Amino acid sequence: MLEAHDLACLKGDRLLFRGLALRLQAGGLLRVAGPNGVGKTSLLRLVTGLALPEAGEVRWRSVGIRSDREALHRELLYLGHAPALNDLLTPLENLRFACAAAGDDVDAQSCVTALARIGLENQLDLPARVLSQGQRRRVGLARLFLSTRRPLWVLDEPFTALDVAAVAELAATLSDHCDAGGMVMLTTHQDAPFTRVPDVLDVGAYAC
Amino acid sequence: MLSAFFAVLRRDLLLAWRGRADVLVTLAFFVIVVCLFPFGVGAEANLLRTIAPGVLWVAALLASLLSLHRLFAQDHADGTLEQLLLSSEPAVLWVTAKVLAFWLTTGLPVVVVAPVLGMLLDLEQGAYPVLVISLVLGTPILALLGAVGAALTLGLRGGGMLLALLVLPLFVPVLIFGAGAVEAELSGTGATAHLLLLGGGLAGALALAPWACMAALRVSTE
Repeated sequence: MLEAHDLACLKGDRLLFRGLALRLQAGGLLRVAGPNGVGKTSLLRLVTGLALPEAGEVRWRSVGIRSDREALHRELLYLGHAPALNDLLTPLENLRFACAAAGDDVDAQSCVTALARIGLENQLDLPARVLSQGQRRRVGLARLFLSTRRPLWVLDEPFTALDVAAVAELAATLSDHCDAGGMVMLTTHQDAPFTRVPDVLDVGAYAC
Repeated sequence: MLSAFFAVLRRDLLLAWRGRADVLVTLAFFVIVVCLFPFGVGAEANLLRTIAPGVLWVAALLASLLSLHRLFAQDHADGTLEQLLLSSEPAVLWVTAKVLAFWLTTGLPVVVVAPVLGMLLDLEQGAYPVLVISLVLGTPILALLGAVGAALTLGLRGGGMLLALLVLPLFVPVLIFGAGAVEAELSGTGATAHLLLLGGGLAGALALAPWACMAALRVSTE
């Protein structure tokens, strides 16, 4: 499904990694590992098409994403390091906007349900600026419940700022998605309680 | 197909409403700049009447430049821009929605207030319709061209200053035909040619600027 070969990433004038290859099949859970600054986030951005590789190619369903970006974006959910929240909007408004902007037709009730499920039922009407870091992260993660029809989830440090219970719940959600035939690619420094053992891609092994 | 377009439009208008102060600042700037001229050149009615079209147009142009750097900055900082670029809907559509919302909140108020300031400068009666039409046609061009500049300078240090240097030369033709339309009306030659040129410019900018803007945003977020 998702493949990349011979990827090289240039940041500024420094080559972060080269010769990196990866393959993610339906039901796969891939954890991108490596020390800080090795290029984990850069790799995720290459895979999503937000950045272009210096060399090599990323392919989605055997088609290069450079030639058909939309095909990937229809089936991709990317949650980056920044939670994409506007401080002046409430969590509900933020979530509804995120879904509509991505092209998903989601009604308000599903958004409320998703936010309640992630533990924000009492913060629905508060502006996002008064939320804590963990709560902000949760608003972004609520999209996971609304994006089950998108098979590929690419998550950059999804466990950051979450409490223990939320980490366990998120790990279960990700495992469920994989069991249903989805794919998850994520970076994390935490040992999350996944029900299955994730494949590990060590970016450090390809560092220059 | 249009869900991203309307989502962005609704959200940006809502944000403008919640951050009303920013919108008022642009408008206040426009009013103050125009009001400075009688102090600077003297309150002689004939002189003010002659320079009124140019003054109103230059002030409108500077006011549209004032908040331009904010067009994508917040979305860039909080990661919304990345999400929009990953949308499965065409990027030109939501870029157009952003520029439209920007014009509605910064350009349209200027168009509405301009005739009032025209009275302050003793602009002749017959020139008001042409002044409003030229601003209605011209300020969206400024917003569209400015959006390309804002996208190109996104995330750069000193981007605001660079943005002004980048887009001000591009604003010159709009200024010439916009202020020219009002002057032509006053001199009796008729403003039709100027307004048609502005309309053509708007059609061209509407067709091309969103594409340029999208490409610039892709480069800036990389």
